[in-house]
Amino acid sequence: MSTKKYDAGVKAYRETYWDPGYTPKETDLLACFKITPQEGVPREEAAAAVAAESSTGTWTTVWTDLLTDLEYYKGRAYRVEEVPGDDSCFYAFVAYPIDLFEEGSIVNVLTSLVGNVFGFKAIRALRLEDIRFPLHYVLTCGGPPNGITVERDKMNKYGRPMLGCTIKPKLGLSAKNYGRAVYECLRGGLDFTKDDENVNSQPFMRWRHRFEFVAEAVKKAEAETGERKGHYLNVTAGTVEEMYKRAEFAKELDMPIIMHDFFTAGFTANTSLANWCRDNGMLLHIHRAMHAVVDRNPYHGIHFRVLTKCLRLSGGDHLHSGTVVGKLEGDREATLGWIDLMRERFIPENRARGIFFDQDFGHMPGMFPVASGGIHVWHMPALVSIFGDDAVLQFGGGTLGHPWGNAAGAAANRVAVEACVKARNEGRHLEKESREILTEAAKHSPELAAAMETWREIKFEFDVVDKLDVATA
Amino acid sequence: MDMTMRDYDSRMGDPASKKFGTFSYLPELDAASVRKQVEYMVAKGWSCAVEHVEPARADNDYWYMWKLPMFGERDVNTIMNELTACRNANTGHHIRIIGYDNKRQTQGQSMVVYRGDT
Repeated sequence: MSTKKYDAGVKAYRETYWDPGYTPKETDLLACFKITPQEGVPREEAAAAVAAESSTGTWTTVWTDLLTDLEYYKGRAYRVEEVPGDDSCFYAFVAYPIDLFEEGSIVNVLTSLVGNVFGFKAIRALRLEDIRFPLHYVLTCGGPPNGITVERDKMNKYGRPMLGCTIKPKLGLSAKNYGRAVYECLRGGLDFTKDDENVNSQPFMRWRHRFEFVAEAVKKAEAETGERKGHYLNVTAGTVEEMYKRAEFAKELDMPIIMHDFFTAGFTANTSLANWCRDNGMLLHIHRAMHAVVDRNPYHGIHFRVLTKCLRLSGGDHLHSGTVVGKLEGDREATLGWIDLMRERFIPENRARGIFFDQDFGHMPGMFPVASGGIHVWHMPALVSIFGDDAVLQFGGGTLGHPWGNAAGAAANRVAVEACVKARNEGRHLEKESREILTEAAKHSPELAAAMETWREIKFEFDVVDKLDVATA
Repeated sequence: MDMTMRDYDSRMGDPASKKFGTFSYLPELDAASVRKQVEYMVAKGWSCAVEHVEPARADNDYWYMWKLPMFGERDVNTIMNELTACRNANTGHHIRIIGYDNKRQTQGQSMVVYRGDT
């Protein structure tokens, strides 16, 4: 039954896409945008414009609208809210019917939600703050190929955070010298070492040579310490075919883990590689180069919590999370929010941590958050306190910069993390007693004592650019 | 402190270079320290289990179970006594205690308490 007549022309978006009486369905995909409208554009109109342009609408009425049931397919702006402490912008909540999105395709979701609409003239700036993926959609995605508990079982690591280190210098080492740096870190007590993100297959160190020497380093360190070890072999490459080739070789070498840069390579490549990992029993470490380009501006772009959810659905076993305490940007409460999004089954709405919606991941496994960037032994108590056991703490300079070398640096970090876990389990307060806990441990570890002496004065105290929105009194 | 450079003393042929997961980089825990860790596992609601193995087989995932995991056992003394009983019955073996977290289907903790002869 069609009762509408075709009426050419331009209508206000709010006539069709602003629906304040709408109660979202549990199958709807919900989004929260922070909108900074152009002057004179009413909030409801701006919100409706975003809902329209990210779903079924275009700037003018077209006759083919009448061939379908747009009432069913359209996105609806159903609520606007004040942004605490900032009246230049507001939050708009939009509900999309699940039919708008292809199953298992994060690419399709993002192409709709952060597509044309971000360049829309009626809007000065636009930020996607959060997405609620309905469980019905979550279950169409592959998710982490292994997950936290399977990785612990495979690596045989329990009851503590795992430790890693990114090999430096980032670029320029030969494959054999690179393998040496890996070996020294692993024999000293780290669980993992890591290729830096821009280590792919450059002329000074082709990927195959690196893989071969690293494999020898990993195996030797395992034999020497009796513990399981891994190196994140970065398979990120110019084509997916090339990535598969490198992943296959890592498997042939019996390596436990490979690595991918999900944002520069893209979600399609990431999902394909995650599927390969699931089929081949390989752990997958995910780096996030380029994220700060889109997630750091508080008014425009995509919040990292959205990227986190997208990556968990696309697939990865580790994801960089920031450290809170190190050299890179990261507000503590906001970081705790997206750490929960990586690890937990169900994450309730919690505005104090920037979580706008309840999110149910169902049976989808969790990922290890990876804290990396400018951290050293003095940060260990705070890191164990913030992250708990299910995390990978990565000390690059904080391992390789030890005055006695990588093995000593690794041992210092390992002693420090175990001392912190022991103290925590005994009921001690890690952050208040950090100095005492580390000093006691250093009595039995000259490596730790030397590390504490070396990095005594290093702090990273700058103001955070992307803060959570809170009213200022 | 003395910052004179030191060698990192780890050798393929030296059994002391072998490590055993959590807490194996700290000095060997004394009975009181082990007890505190057991108290932590019990407080977490985990089920403690004792396992042992010949040192040459330490790499394997599966060690010998000492009886069954102590499901529902909240008495730390009982758990500590089982550690001692396992040690007495299996001299020369490595002995570890595990805290099974059945909610998360993982081992919340696994730590080697006695190192066997190597």
